[in-house]
Amino acid sequence: MADESKTVQQVFDSTLDSVDHAERMALELARESGFEEADLDRIGMSVRECMVNAVVHGNRYNSHKKVQFAVSRTPDNFTVRIADQGEGFDPGVVPDPVEGENLFRQSGRGIFLMKTFMDELHVRHLHPGTEVTLVKKVVSK
Amino acid sequence: MSVKLNNRQVGDVTVIDVAGRITLGEGSSTLRDALRELVKNNHKDILLNLKDVSYIDSSGIGELVSAYTTITNTGGHLKLLGLTHRVKDLLQITKLYTVFDVHEDEAHAVRSFA
Repeated sequence: MADESKTVQQVFDSTLDSVDHAERMALELARESGFEEADLDRIGMSVRECMVNAVVHGNRYNSHKKVQFAVSRTPDNFTVRIADQGEGFDPGVVPDPVEGENLFRQSGRGIFLMKTFMDELHVRHLHPGTEVTLVKKVVSK
Repeated sequence: MSVKLNNRQVGDVTVIDVAGRITLGEGSSTLRDALRELVKNNHKDILLNLKDVSYIDSSGIGELVSAYTTITNTGGHLKLLGLTHRVKDLLQITKLYTVFDVHEDEAHAVRSFA
């Protein structure tokens, strides 16, 4: 595992290609942090779900709106920050997707998966937009 | 590669071999269109073979749930075959593993529709 800290960032258009690109960037740095395959899968999916929320639900594919993406690692933490320019959302109002009839809803599992797969999820309201921070602890070997 | 589908008829059961990624965009819409077409053409018993699905996201899971509901409501059955470890893990985390009838063996799965 690399000891030094590193951050990479990029401004993305609001497209599904950006989702793929961001996932690849995050996975590259996660590999450098020494995560194993199972964690890489979970980090990759969390980044994908978060980017989809930013592109689809936040910016609504608007070509004038961008997604700010930053991924960083320190010896202790692997952190992803994704900010959109949408109208904002409150993760507290998303129904629990594993509760009762919600199981049969077509959507609404993204936040749940991010919370399950990462160690921390923080939401900050921008004006306009939303910034989501995902943190995975780096386990020293 | 996004997703590739191949339909086979095994007795009364339509088996769809799915390969690739079922993610938001082309992957999930291709699967949605294929399943809608089968329902429209009155195919009641559908077995989705996910053995070669390398990746599925929440949108893909949503398509599976939506198809399950639609097919069940029209009196049909949608069952799953050959989940990879990754897909099985995801269905368990989202508590959908027990909603779907999941099989490891195709012959056994086909017989289960009888």
